[in-house]
Amino acid sequence: MTQLLIIIGYLFLLLLLGIGASRLFRGTSQDYMLASHSIGPFLLLMSIFGTTMTAFALVGSTGESFKEGVGVYGMLASSSGIIHSLCFLLLGVKVWELGRKYEYRTQVQFFRDRLESRWIGVILFPVLVGLVIPYLLIGVMASGTVINKVTAGSIRDGRVVGGTFEEGTFPQFLEQGKKPQSEEPANFIYGSQGGVPKPLASLAICGIVLIYVFLGGMRGTTWANTFQTLVFMVLGIVTFVVIAWQLGGQESFWTSLQTASSSIPIEKLTRIHIPPEKFLTYMFVPLSVGMFPHLFQHWLTARSAESFKLPIVAHPLFIAIVWVPCVLIGAWATSDLITIPPPVAANPNAVLPFLVKQLAGPVLGGLLTAGILAAIMSSLDSQFLCLGTMFTEDVVRPLCGQRSLSDRQQLLVARLFIIGIVALTYGLSLFEPRRVFTLGVWCFSGFSSLFPLILAALYWPRLTKAGAYACVLAAAGSWLWLFRASEFAAQPNFTVNIPVPITLDGDGYWQLMPVAAMIACSTVAMVCVSVVTKPPSDATVAKFFPKNGS
Amino acid sequence: MKPAHGVWALILFLIIAHQDIWFWDDTTLVFGFLPVALAYHACISLAAAFTWYLATRFCWPSDQAPSAQGRDTA
Repeated sequence: MTQLLIIIGYLFLLLLLGIGASRLFRGTSQDYMLASHSIGPFLLLMSIFGTTMTAFALVGSTGESFKEGVGVYGMLASSSGIIHSLCFLLLGVKVWELGRKYEYRTQVQFFRDRLESRWIGVILFPVLVGLVIPYLLIGVMASGTVINKVTAGSIRDGRVVGGTFEEGTFPQFLEQGKKPQSEEPANFIYGSQGGVPKPLASLAICGIVLIYVFLGGMRGTTWANTFQTLVFMVLGIVTFVVIAWQLGGQESFWTSLQTASSSIPIEKLTRIHIPPEKFLTYMFVPLSVGMFPHLFQHWLTARSAESFKLPIVAHPLFIAIVWVPCVLIGAWATSDLITIPPPVAANPNAVLPFLVKQLAGPVLGGLLTAGILAAIMSSLDSQFLCLGTMFTEDVVRPLCGQRSLSDRQQLLVARLFIIGIVALTYGLSLFEPRRVFTLGVWCFSGFSSLFPLILAALYWPRLTKAGAYACVLAAAGSWLWLFRASEFAAQPNFTVNIPVPITLDGDGYWQLMPVAAMIACSTVAMVCVSVVTKPPSDATVAKFFPKNGS
Repeated sequence: MKPAHGVWALILFLIIAHQDIWFWDDTTLVFGFLPVALAYHACISLAAAFTWYLATRFCWPSDQAPSAQGRDTA
């Protein structure tokens, strides 16, 4: 019960922060969506970092390291330190300049101008929303799992012991878990196990985020992100120290660290099971930040171009601070120092909350859980807000045409759409779960496949409207094709295998990440169609590619 | 060579250095607790931060002055 009370206390604090931020709200849609372009370097760093580091970073990285070993850090974290900052420098600053100059609020508005195409939003909007929804799902699913695991009991002799609630406290339909390899209906022992049921926990998190996004808009979201990023970074380090000490079981922290790491099995200590070409092509996945609509919106909140300097430099360091401990914890969980029960091992998302529950006391366990939830919610809020903004700006306003909406009506539309999206995401989260990491990689791969579009729009004057349409359609088509081939993410290690005569591991194939194939498709389609179609007008080229001094 | 070219060369070097096939099956624990595959890539993250610091000094893509429109926040 202590953990649950601490979690409730933390959520209450967040609500207070949302109410506080709403007092600074200026009542305009410009302030609600872009915080009136007033965000300085520190808040920009914290909000961008908090937004990009979601359940994927804490729960997902620990779970994936548990499954695949320490190579996970190189696959996504260190590559993100290079690629994310590259995107902030090459794309973020340029987008900010154009956004300020021409008052853009969304990606579609920018592309509509740049491509001289009123209808680009018709295909881009559903693709972007369709890709954000799995991203949202990651957070909603993980928050339910985390709260449930830290409040649940354990199974001994076919009974639940030490849970927060008794059997029958919650209605049967909230008990989702089944005995592995069994056709029996879901029940208490394999469902909530005396914890808060996952569907209820996810619903509570959605509700809290919804309320502070409603009240504070972008300003409230930025403040909440900053607060939550600080919370999850500090508590993440505390988690690491506590788990290392408890697992190692030595008097000093240093020797406990060494004991814990010396017990990691060899296959988790190395990358012998990861094909080098798969590792290489994982580097395309972080390109996704270039097309994240919520990040686009955060870039536009910057007070000046100078505000980007701190995020660009500090982002790789912050990634290391969060990911190195999580990856080590995941690898330790594979050692013989602790027994991970089969239901937890079968669901890697549950490894971190399980360790927190087992190895930290109830007070610390509650605080650490709050840290994990902070990481999750700091992404959900931006995504909710971004979707509301996109719907208002890219769908409703163009449809209304001359009958322009008042500022108050725009706010209302944005908020109503946010409610709809939250309801849809929550409904989808109730279906069979996928590994957070796998789902995340698919979602990021989709955004990465659109990266050539934003890069060309900013740096290649010859990009044409038809080339852009071809790029989006090729990206969406190849994503759908490969996602289906992976049995809708049910195959976590799905790769595109290309037969070649020579490989480093001698298996006769290059095992590439699907993202490599998607980027190749979208780039080829974009370039080929652009060079054979009518170039953009001189006025558009002059607008987006001004010569020095003009 | 201009400093900006040097920075871009450094970024390219980082991307190549990221493909560390030489540590693929190495089980060494740096300081007795950090697997070398993890330690090496943590150093890549530190090197990336330093490289991006140089990039903000020598490859800055904007000459825009800070705007006075928005109210300053942190």
